[in-house]
Amino acid sequence: MQSTSHNFKDNARRAIADPNIQAAMAKMKVGFTGKRLAAAARLPEFEALRDAARDIKNHSLANLDFYLERYEDKVKETGGHVHWAPTAEDARKAILDICRRVDAKTVTKGKSMISEEIALNDHLEQAGIKVVETDLGEYIIQLRKEPPSHIIAPAVHVSKEQVEADFRAQHQHLPAGRSLSEPTDLVNEARQILRQRYLDADVGITGANFLIAETGTSIIVTNEGNGDLTQSLPRVHIVIASIEKVVPNLEDASTILRVLARSATGQEFSAYTTLSTGPRRPEDPDGPEEYHVILLDNGRSSMLGSEFQDMLRCIRCGACMNHCPVYHAVGGHSYGWVYPGPMGSVLTPNLIGVEEAGHLPNASTFCGRCESVCPVRIPLPKMMRHWREREFERHLTPKSVRGGLGIWAFLARRPALYQRLTGLGIGVLGILGRRRGRFKSLPFAGGWTKYRDLPAPQGKTFQQLWAKQQKTRSTTK
Amino acid sequence: MSKSEPRVGLFVTCLVDLFRPSVGFAAVKLLEAAGCRVEVPAQQTCCGQPAYNSGDRADTRAIALQVIEAFKGFDYVVAPSGSCAAMLKKHYPTLFETQPGLLARAEDLSSRTYELVSFLTDVMQLSNVEATFPQTVTYHDSCSGLRELGVRDQPRKLLSSINDLSLEELSDADICCGFGGTFCVKYPDISNTMVSSKTGNIEATGATTLLAGDLGCLMNMAGKLQRNGSGIQVRHVAEVLAGMTDEPAIGGSITPDHDVRDGGN
Repeated sequence: MQSTSHNFKDNARRAIADPNIQAAMAKMKVGFTGKRLAAAARLPEFEALRDAARDIKNHSLANLDFYLERYEDKVKETGGHVHWAPTAEDARKAILDICRRVDAKTVTKGKSMISEEIALNDHLEQAGIKVVETDLGEYIIQLRKEPPSHIIAPAVHVSKEQVEADFRAQHQHLPAGRSLSEPTDLVNEARQILRQRYLDADVGITGANFLIAETGTSIIVTNEGNGDLTQSLPRVHIVIASIEKVVPNLEDASTILRVLARSATGQEFSAYTTLSTGPRRPEDPDGPEEYHVILLDNGRSSMLGSEFQDMLRCIRCGACMNHCPVYHAVGGHSYGWVYPGPMGSVLTPNLIGVEEAGHLPNASTFCGRCESVCPVRIPLPKMMRHWREREFERHLTPKSVRGGLGIWAFLARRPALYQRLTGLGIGVLGILGRRRGRFKSLPFAGGWTKYRDLPAPQGKTFQQLWAKQQKTRSTTK
Repeated sequence: MSKSEPRVGLFVTCLVDLFRPSVGFAAVKLLEAAGCRVEVPAQQTCCGQPAYNSGDRADTRAIALQVIEAFKGFDYVVAPSGSCAAMLKKHYPTLFETQPGLLARAEDLSSRTYELVSFLTDVMQLSNVEATFPQTVTYHDSCSGLRELGVRDQPRKLLSSINDLSLEELSDADICCGFGGTFCVKYPDISNTMVSSKTGNIEATGATTLLAGDLGCLMNMAGKLQRNGSGIQVRHVAEVLAGMTDEPAIGGSITPDHDVRDGGN
C-alpha cells in the first residue's frame, strides 16, 4: 500500500471537514469504549489476565527463534509448508507462485492486515487473479476501492447509507426495488453474493491471530464465520502471518483470547475461533489439499532488542484506536498507511521509516488512554516519545520547532536569566492584555489563536511576587 | 514553628509562574493551612516537558538535574499540576536509567513529589477546606494527573466540602482536552476538534464554572470557550479550594479598581 503518512496534516484536515467521517467517529467512540468497559467489569480477573497476556508475549518474543523453528517443524509434520518471507516482496512472490502453480483463477480472503501491509490484492489482480474479500467490512471497502480505516472494523468510517448505495451500484443483477435500509438486509445480501465465491475459489487466504509452536496450529477469530469458509472450501489454504504471532502453546493462546475480544469489541469471545492444523487428513470430511504458511518479517526482527520490542506484543485488538481522541478526530485514513491510531503511530515508522511516517508519533497529546486499555500493556506513549527522540537526534524535527526549543532550553537551564527575561516579557503581555484579559491574536502564537483566545497573563511572575512578599514578610517579622 | 511541620518545596510550574501566579499563592495558602512550611526555590524554571516531549533528551536531563538540585532536602515537593508532578515523579527516573548515582537522586525526588490536591488529601489527610463558592461547577480530569498519578476522587472530595458549591459531572471528563503541550500548536486543527468536543460537553453540564488541576488544559479550554462566546468561568481548582476567587477567571478581564497581583492574598 502506497503511504500518505507524510501528508498526515492534510489528510487530517480533510477528515475533520468530512461530515461522514465525523459522524462515523462520533458513533464509534462511544460504542467500543462502553462495551469494553462493561466486558472488563464483568470479569474480576481481567487486570490479572492483562498481566498474564503481556508476560506470555514477552516470553515468546524473548525466545522467538526457538518457537518459530518449533512451529515450522510442527507445520511440516502435519503436512503443511512454511515459507519464510524476510520482505513484503518475498511474501507476495511466495503467494503468487503457489497461486500460479495450482492455476488459481479466484482467491477468497479472510481479513488480514498483513495482506494489506504487503499490498497483496493489487499484486494478485495484476497477475490476472480475481480476489474476493469475504469479511463484510473488507468486502465493502474492496467495492469502494479504499484501504481499511481500522484494524478490526475496516469500514468503520462508512455509513450504512453509503454501503446501501455501493451495493446498489455494484450488485445490479439484483432487483432494484429490494429493501436495503436495515443492516441485516446488507449482511444478507453480502452473504448471498459471497456464498458462490467461496465455492468458486481455488485458493483461500487467511491471516492468523496466533501461531501455536507446540502443535503447528494457526488460529483466527472472526464474527462472521467467513474465515472458516475461506480456508476449508478451496483446494489450497494459505495462512499469512507475521513472525511475532507465535506463542508456545494452546494454553497461552487461550489466555490471550480471554482479553482479545473483550478489549476489541467488548465480546467475551469472538463468534468464531477457528483452529487449523495442516491440510486435510484422510479421515477428515473436508479441508484443503494444501496448507501453506507465509511467515513475514518485513522489519520486525530489527525491532527485537530495540526500544520498540514491546510493540511486538500487539495482538491487534484495536482498543488503542477505539480510545484515542486523536483517532476519533481524524479517522483511520489520515494516518496514511495500514495501521492507524496509537499502535500504528509506533509500528508504522518501524515498518516504512520515520522519514515517511514522522508525523504519526508526534500527533499525540500523550494522554495515555491507549496504554490504559492495551490488553498487553504496551507503553505506547513512551514509544512514540522514543520516535521523537530518534527524529531529534537525526535532525528530522522541523527547523522552526528545533530553533524555538533551543532558545527556550537555553533559558530554562539558566534560572536567573530566565526569570529576568520572562519577568519583562510577561510584564509587557500583561499590560497589552490587561483590559480584555485575553488575546484574539498575537504574533508567533497563530497556532494557538487560530482557534482559541489566549488568556492574558496576570502581569507579574510568581517568582517576582514571591520575592517581594518574602522581603515584606522578613521586614515585618 | 513546630518540628512536625513538613517542609514543602513548591514547584510552581512555568505556566503558573508566567500566566497565573495567583494559583501559586492559592497553593501556598492551602499548604500552609494544612500545616506545611512552604518554600519556593528560585532555581526552578520548568519541569522540562517541552524538551522531553520533543525528543530533546539532553536538555531534558539538564533541566531535570537542575530541579533535583533545587529541591534537595525538602520533605516534599508539591506542584499545582498533575502533568508537571508526573514528569518529576514518573519520568525523571527514566532519564537516568543507566547512571546509578543520578538514578538514585531522581528516585529520591520522585518519592517526595506530589500533585497539590492529592498531596493535601493523601499525605496531609485533609478532608475538607474552609471556603464558599456559590456556583455550579464541573471538573475536567487532566490526563497525566488522572492516569499517571491516580488523581480523580481527591479534588471531588475537597470540592464537596465547599459551602454552596454544587458539582455537575462532565461527560467524558477523562478524555483529553487537546492541549498536549506543543501538540496544540503543532497540530492546531486536531487540537481544535478535540477541544471543541470538550467545550460542547462542558456547556452541556449547565455549570457556570469549569475547574481542573492543570493550567495548560485550563488555558486551552478557557480560550476555546471564550472564542465561542461562552460565559463559563474557568479556574484552577486550587483557587476555589483556597477561597481565592477574587482574581478574574482565566482569560477574564481585570476590573480597574481591583489589583491583588502585588501580594497574592
